Amino acid sequence: MDAALIPEGAKRCSFPKFMLGIAIVGAVLLWGVYAMLLCWFKGLNQTNMNDYYGFALWIWADLAVIAVGGGAFFTGLLKYIFKIDELKNIINFAVIIGFICYSSALLILAIDIGQPLRGWFIFWHANVHSMLTEVAFCLSCYFAVLTIEFIPNILENRQLNKVPFFHHLAHNMHGTMAIFAATGAFLSFFHQGSLGGVAGVLYGRPFAVREGLLIWPWTFFLFTWSAAAFGPCFTLLVTRITEAVTGKKLVKDNVVNLLAKISGWMIFTYIIAKIIDTIYWANVTVPSLGYELSHFYTGNSLYGYWILVAEVIICGLIPGLLLINKSTRENPNLRLLAIVLGVIGVCLNRWVMVLQVMAVPVMSFDTWALYIPSWQEVATTILPVAYGIILIAVTYRYLPVFPQELELNQSKPQES
Amino acid sequence: MLPFIFEWVWDIGHILFFGGFWYAIGILGAGMTYCIAKAAYDTVKESQGSSH
Repeated sequence: MDAALIPEGAKRCSFPKFMLGIAIVGAVLLWGVYAMLLCWFKGLNQTNMNDYYGFALWIWADLAVIAVGGGAFFTGLLKYIFKIDELKNIINFAVIIGFICYSSALLILAIDIGQPLRGWFIFWHANVHSMLTEVAFCLSCYFAVLTIEFIPNILENRQLNKVPFFHHLAHNMHGTMAIFAATGAFLSFFHQGSLGGVAGVLYGRPFAVREGLLIWPWTFFLFTWSAAAFGPCFTLLVTRITEAVTGKKLVKDNVVNLLAKISGWMIFTYIIAKIIDTIYWANVTVPSLGYELSHFYTGNSLYGYWILVAEVIICGLIPGLLLINKSTRENPNLRLLAIVLGVIGVCLNRWVMVLQVMAVPVMSFDTWALYIPSWQEVATTILPVAYGIILIAVTYRYLPVFPQELELNQSKPQES
Repeated sequence: MLPFIFEWVWDIGHILFFGGFWYAIGILGAGMTYCIAKAAYDTVKESQGSSH
């Protein structure tokens, strides 16, 4: 039925089967859309946020998708600026994942602000002393960059590419992509950093506050570094999931191992910096503010020392070591384990820097605030996942996303 | 105050913030304008070449 749209030579499942899959995921998407409309029409009373707990599940989801979406800017930087040519075989997919992550982040923000009709206020009435203004500016611009990076892949669709103008446009955009990629790296550096900077300048929250360099707290640099380090892990993880679902090998091992190696070194160096930051914070910053380290990890039923060990050691140091060591990196199971741990690690870091920050008591009369999201918040957080699955399914079916797919699957023609 | 920026103030904060913002927008706009214009030029050139 849609055979004319499928990339030449590629095997795809039947159209009814494809639509059935889309319909199942689409039902989850509609559930999220329903919750989103409830939030828009009835207001933020649909959530369990309050004046005490203003940064909740959405902000964690926002920071997490932006962190894991960092694979797009970092892979683009490696491919177009550092000229690592092997990465051309995974850059299309990295861009699609980045596009999904950043459009999801903007969608979550549109729900979170409560009155989306006033979303443009942040540009018009810009508070130039706020790191979140910088985040809004850079996030919007970087989404434009990702859209520009995505367009050539769309124009390479079998039918669209027959239109001479689209063919030339895709070709010319590929030729100038280094400029867009460099702009994207510039924008990403600042918005990833400023998201961390927001936590670091919360002077009333001793769990988050950090010293730093000039106007930037250390969390600014740690957030950028971690996004560049763990973002490629998410790209590799989604690639692996796509391979499992389609039953095909889509990217050659040398490309996967190269990206995993770079990611591993980034994770390892990041985690060393993170450990130094944590030790300095625990031994200098925290005592200077009149607290002890135990204040942040005891006296409640959820946040214990385990979360620090899980984030830094189990989901930080271990994946870093697994990926920089050649023998473990080239073992598919251990590599997958490291990638999964890495993705969990960066999500856990964002959780700690958003939700634990809000939960820790600050005043002597405060108690731990253990927040539980409402179903509307959960549904709207799952909404981007469903949207992402649908977009990946559609792009995989109709666009030449993986340049090595035909070569890798020539000998075993099978449907997926 | 500039006509297209309602609350513009000539201070370092606004210059840095909006300077960076318009710098990025400018690069993206100029880059896309170049790509679209060149694609149109290439298309016309190709069609003229094929009609001869």
